Amino acid sequence: MPAAYKFFAEFAQTWGLLYFVAVFLVVLVYALAPSRKDRFDAAARMPLQED
Amino acid sequence: MTIGEAGSALAFAALALLSIIIAAKAYAPEYAFHAYLFAAASVAAVFAIVNRYYERPAALPAQTINGKPNYNLGPVKFATIASVFWGVAGFTIGLLIATQLAFPALNFDTSWLSFGRMRPLHTSAVIFAFGGNVLIGSSFYVVQRTCRARLAGDIAPWFVVLGYNFFIIIAGTGYLLGITQGKEYAEPEWYADLWLTIVWVTYLLVFLGTVMRRKEPHIYVANWFYLGFILTIAVLHLGNNATIPVSIFSPKSYIVWSGVQDALVQWWYGHNAVGFFLTAGFLAIMYYFIPKRAERPVYSYRLSIVHFWALIFTYIWAGPHHLHYTALPDWAQTLGMVFSVILWMPSWGGMINGLMTLSGAWDKLRTDPVLRLMVVSVAFYGMATFEGPLMSVKAVNSLSHYTDWTIGHVHSGALGWVAYVSFGAIYCLVPWLWNKKELYSMKAVSWHFWISTLGIVLYISSMWVAGILQGLMWRAYTSLGFLEYSFIETVEAMHPFYIIRALGGALFVAGSLIMAWNVWKTITTAEAAEEEVLPAQPALIAAE
Repeated sequence: MPAAYKFFAEFAQTWGLLYFVAVFLVVLVYALAPSRKDRFDAAARMPLQED
Repeated sequence: MTIGEAGSALAFAALALLSIIIAAKAYAPEYAFHAYLFAAASVAAVFAIVNRYYERPAALPAQTINGKPNYNLGPVKFATIASVFWGVAGFTIGLLIATQLAFPALNFDTSWLSFGRMRPLHTSAVIFAFGGNVLIGSSFYVVQRTCRARLAGDIAPWFVVLGYNFFIIIAGTGYLLGITQGKEYAEPEWYADLWLTIVWVTYLLVFLGTVMRRKEPHIYVANWFYLGFILTIAVLHLGNNATIPVSIFSPKSYIVWSGVQDALVQWWYGHNAVGFFLTAGFLAIMYYFIPKRAERPVYSYRLSIVHFWALIFTYIWAGPHHLHYTALPDWAQTLGMVFSVILWMPSWGGMINGLMTLSGAWDKLRTDPVLRLMVVSVAFYGMATFEGPLMSVKAVNSLSHYTDWTIGHVHSGALGWVAYVSFGAIYCLVPWLWNKKELYSMKAVSWHFWISTLGIVLYISSMWVAGILQGLMWRAYTSLGFLEYSFIETVEAMHPFYIIRALGGALFVAGSLIMAWNVWKTITTAEAAEEEVLPAQPALIAAE
């Protein structure tokens, strides 16, 4: 059991960190890509549209 | 009869039978009472479903009428009224227990009114009954409007709102009768938890089903926040209630893990109830109702996407900060602290995004008290999410933990952020749902705003002073190394602050009563409705 604990703790402290940074970068690329500007500008107005 | 109607009626008939058997053989009279409630509600459900079948037109409601989506607003109306009712009830119970802390005789020496039973009744009534109905009602409204599609399911949306409110009744009466798991914000016992699981999974399916039949290609950010809230609460609820009942005839159950593991799971649950119920869900309200009311687009849609993903990925790890200086491994405590501090960024990004949505419409704050409520709520969100990470830092936590500072922090978030943004949403929704041009009295909204703001200020400032005083008194040593104050001396020192806090609570309750009156008058006053007959009038433009 102590070995398993050590393994999981180390895994979380190293690969967990890298995984989070990678996910965050993917989100940034998705959100900031200039090609999506028109789509996001339209989405920002979605609450204002009427039927 | 549709398969859904027949299936639901049969399922409820079976539940009624099972409940009666359990009621007859229950080990405890309180549990038998709950079983009878289940039986009565199930019989009522069978009757309602069959009755509705005979009353309704042969064809189910159309998805669209004249090319426009045929929105299903009945469940939204029910949840909106329920939220006003539970809000007033929950705030009043809060006022009672706040007064009990200043004057303990007010529990009248009955176990029913003892602080230990009333406190979970208060927290559950305001968080799950008031907040939950606001979230379910507003999510059913927003998902329909932003997807331009009718709510999925025929009976299912009604099952969600009615089933959820039935869960509230089982949970609340359970606390009064002394049935509890003893886990903060997760007090309901195994059978109430099972019922909530069924309701919540149906909620998820109705929400997802509506998103899937959307006419808009893009899923609006508010729906992402709602979905994050619904999905995560399902996971948290299942994780923290992994219990085995003593018997099907007993209300008592035991969790499968114990000790520090149980504590960690509990605060993984508890903090994410804050993060996903009280934050993500209400941020969805912010992202729909503030742009709508201000008639301005979201300030930065890109920021809202980063806000969403950063918030949900960070919040889930912050729970261990509730267990500083306990048996939890040190690195896990530090992990909780670090992630809490990182949370500053998505929280403030979201706050700035909400506030800046008013660019070009700041003047509306002067004329529209509903918008003022929502903007102040976002400011409180910023304040509470600044204070939270600060308090999660171990050195600060050693002073603040177990003191009234925590209570002050929680209420600046709960009253200032959650309740205010909910009031804003209710004030928007009521005229929209009942086809009125505007609320019955804008002046009353203004009064509500100022009275309850004064109440919040009294509440949080008294609790800050009380908490820091308490923390300093607990750790004060004499020159000989003895503790300077006995515990009862610190309790006595709290007395004036508890009275100020109760006064603040009384103002907050008064504000909510003004809201209940205003909502009632808006719905029942007829003259505004007549103007609505004009055909081309879009019902949703806020009248200025």
